Amino acid sequence: MSSAHLLTLLTFLPAAGAMTLLLLRGDDHLWLRRLALTVSLAEFVISLFLIRGFDASASGYQFEEFRNWILQPPIHYHLGLDGISLFLVLLTTFLTVIAVGASWNSIQEKVKGFFISLLVLETGVIGVFVSLDLILFFVFWEVMLIPMYFLIGIWGHERRVYAAMKFVLYTMLGSILMLVGILWLFNATGTFDLPLIQSLLQTGRVTFSPRVELLLFGAFFLAFAIKVPLFPLHTWLPDAHTEAPTAGSIMLAGVLLKMGTYGLLRFCLPLFPAASRRLAPWVALLAIIGIIYGALVSLVQTDLKRLVAYSSVSHLGFVVLGLFALSSTSVAGALYQMLNHGVSTGALFLLVGMLYDRRHTHDIAEFGGLVIPMPVIASFFLFVSLSSLGLPMLNGFVGEFLILNGTFQHHARWAVFAAIGVILSSLYLLWAYQRTFYGEVTKEQNRALPDASARERSLLWAMAALILFMGVASPLFTGRSEASVERTLEDMSRPAKTGPVEARMPAPCRLCPPEQGGSRTMASDHWAPSAPGARLR
Amino acid sequence: MLASHQDLLRIAPELILCATGILIMLLDPFLAGGHHQETGAGRRVTDVLAVVGSAAALASTALLAWNRGTAFSGLLTADALSIFLHGIVCGVALLVALGSPAYLDREHLPHGEYFALVLFATAGMGVMASTEELVTGFIALEVSSISSYILAGYRRDNERSSEAAMKYFLLGSFATAFLLYGIALVYGASGTTLLPNIDSAASHTTLLAIGFALIFVGLGFKVAAAPFQLWTPDVYEGAPAPVTAMLSSAPKAAAFALLLRILVSVSEASHLWFWALWVSAVLSMFLGNLAAVVQTSVKRMLAYSSVAHAGYILVAFAARNQVGTAAVLFYLAAYALMKVGAFTTVAWLGGTGETYVELNDYEGLASARPIAAACLALFLLSLLGLPVTAGFLAKLYVFDAALHSHLVWLAVILAVNSVIAAYYYLRVIVAMYMRPARRPFTRERIPAGVAAVLAITAVGVIYLGLFPNQVMNLAIQAATMFSVSR
Repeated sequence: MSSAHLLTLLTFLPAAGAMTLLLLRGDDHLWLRRLALTVSLAEFVISLFLIRGFDASASGYQFEEFRNWILQPPIHYHLGLDGISLFLVLLTTFLTVIAVGASWNSIQEKVKGFFISLLVLETGVIGVFVSLDLILFFVFWEVMLIPMYFLIGIWGHERRVYAAMKFVLYTMLGSILMLVGILWLFNATGTFDLPLIQSLLQTGRVTFSPRVELLLFGAFFLAFAIKVPLFPLHTWLPDAHTEAPTAGSIMLAGVLLKMGTYGLLRFCLPLFPAASRRLAPWVALLAIIGIIYGALVSLVQTDLKRLVAYSSVSHLGFVVLGLFALSSTSVAGALYQMLNHGVSTGALFLLVGMLYDRRHTHDIAEFGGLVIPMPVIASFFLFVSLSSLGLPMLNGFVGEFLILNGTFQHHARWAVFAAIGVILSSLYLLWAYQRTFYGEVTKEQNRALPDASARERSLLWAMAALILFMGVASPLFTGRSEASVERTLEDMSRPAKTGPVEARMPAPCRLCPPEQGGSRTMASDHWAPSAPGARLR
Repeated sequence: MLASHQDLLRIAPELILCATGILIMLLDPFLAGGHHQETGAGRRVTDVLAVVGSAAALASTALLAWNRGTAFSGLLTADALSIFLHGIVCGVALLVALGSPAYLDREHLPHGEYFALVLFATAGMGVMASTEELVTGFIALEVSSISSYILAGYRRDNERSSEAAMKYFLLGSFATAFLLYGIALVYGASGTTLLPNIDSAASHTTLLAIGFALIFVGLGFKVAAAPFQLWTPDVYEGAPAPVTAMLSSAPKAAAFALLLRILVSVSEASHLWFWALWVSAVLSMFLGNLAAVVQTSVKRMLAYSSVAHAGYILVAFAARNQVGTAAVLFYLAAYALMKVGAFTTVAWLGGTGETYVELNDYEGLASARPIAAACLALFLLSLLGLPVTAGFLAKLYVFDAALHSHLVWLAVILAVNSVIAAYYYLRVIVAMYMRPARRPFTRERIPAGVAAVLAITAVGVIYLGLFPNQVMNLAIQAATMFSVSR
């Protein structure tokens, strides 16, 4: 397979699949499902080629594609992949297959629209992970909102419209301020190209005053923190996760939240290192509050799906803590924990969805003793819960261990508090498991519930195998992302301050010859086509 | 002085529009059957004439491009700006001519007068787009306004429509009085009404300042910017929906053109207007968006949303740089597409007498009328400014212009307003896609003309969202022609 346009293919194959679905008849459910499954499987298989072509020793972007898109201002179609985004792309393609499988029978209305939304969502998410142009990134970031909005709002549960609206408005508030930040960066650097901006900042050709850097950091951080979601911006999450259909929850928890942490790692840390360092203790504080708060709230939930949703707040707190501890171990752990959370929580939502398909409720009180009618689902649920609470040998352990270890080296106190979250997570997960599956069968109608069907079993086996594999073979993953993580942390170093040459907002374009730099007419500085050799690499 | 043929070529679109309008008026009595009712065939003739006339006017903007320069001793000019705006204005006329016949048939309204008025109004806007002289600008504005007043009240037996016309007429006359008085003061202060000459000829700055303040009030009314927006919701709601489609896009573009030319040519106005623009932009955004949030009628909600959009465009104005000028022009093009598309959809979905314009009436639309719902959703998302639509790039350019001139607060306010706006645009999508139908839907085919408008605007919105380069180039050409005086 030619790798020249592999990323373009990966990004737009699902969208093309969605277009094809549009041509099918709306009431031909079976073929709609089959086609959606084929597209998502093909996408997954193609994404596996990324691993083969990926050079683990290289720290830079690979599979790069660069084309002009919009000339003025210069927005490029610039795609690329590194060790940070590689596995997030794979996670997306994998979970989409699972999501399609999970919706096989549970979606009976407007089937066509459902799978179209799901596939367009996949395009949006992959686009986010592989875009290297800030505006292109933003385009995918916003585009993915609409299919998710429809997924929650049309196929969700009772309070779906409220949840969908809340989800969109929250995300939009953050992202539109990020757009202002992006354009501010553009006005200071004259480009939207991420690697170029990075090198301009790193070589000191463009510098920001601490105040401006703080504001820019804030504009980006808010967008990502809402997406993660970081306490206290998390309130959209329980609603969105609980009200979404199973596939929506899997994609939300599995992939969409990672877009937030990915953004922190890709943009906030390397672009605004001084502000990141300065605010790191505060961010860590919020992350730790999130870890403990999320866990405590999970503990008191009576709704199984809401419990899993709140556990995400707790788990993502770990990821943010790992990122802002700023040691290579903790960042590597955070990256790994992003994948773990995607798989484990995705699997939990899948299982909760299976229970819902049978009983049409998420209320824990309605269950009890389910191990008797459905031993297979019960054992998978236990396995996944154990992975989520961080049992050694399973995936969750590796990530949490790396994060706590890396954090402890520099900020022992942070690690101590965060570790409480690990204990609490065992508590709420096992307690919920006990109430749901053990004990007497309290409700008569639960006695005759069918166990996992062949389709469900295959989905669960796939998830369980991945959980075990990621638990024992973690070097296969971390080894490939190591170089990129190191590079990101190196990018945070800046040359020593050389006096008061700070670019405040009215900075002229730094790429233009000095005789043009002073004037502010458009022809000379602002939208001038990027200078030859502007792409530094 | 006789007009040279060059002069005539430079007003080719207006000539064609007026000639077609007059032809329609002349033919109208002959096409009518008994009792002043038009016959079916007669209607088709006027429909076709209107479409052909506006299409020809649109095509003839090419003549302007080949014959750039001033006409009629500098009263008019055919430059990149006027060509760009002629494209918008004539394009809107074409879309309205395509989309209206079905509406007029349904409401049993006469076709002849309607299209003649549309064409005359467009001719007025065309002159506004190319004038460099204040009195000509005033006359052009009156030509377009008076036609619009009549069009707003075109549903004579409908109370709201009559109210709209009356309101529009009274407030509009008031605003034009401001404009005229302002022009008189400017003339008193400088002895000229030719925009390029005012700067050098001005002797009495206080008088000039008052004059331009009054002109700003007059034009602010025409673009529906706060605090001069009070007429907008009632007029847009009461006017026949296809007329609203036109009113909300083309006259705005024309008035913005005049505003732009004044801003560019007269440094006094540019200085004086900065805070006026700033305040008006902020007020328009907040008033428009907050009022739109509480509306229950989709038509009225869209009316308030155009106030907000006037605010967005004023942000680019306040930037007072060439990026801003280009942003204004691109925005106007994108805005015309999405607003005409949205109002045309609303007009068709309204049913006889425009009964179904409430938000409730849109519930369940996605299953009953999937294509119309999808188109409306697209226009709303574009108005909201989501990527892959024209609205996103338009907003992006405005943001860019504002930040280029360090108007950070204005940019942040614009950002906050975009989120407020998201709420009410999405509410319509919620109604269409996420609620079950409450009223019975009859199966209806989309009339060919309406389908054409929807296709053109929908494709245009996506095309501009993905491939803006050509249009943006034209906008930048128009913007680079003159540099904004500071």
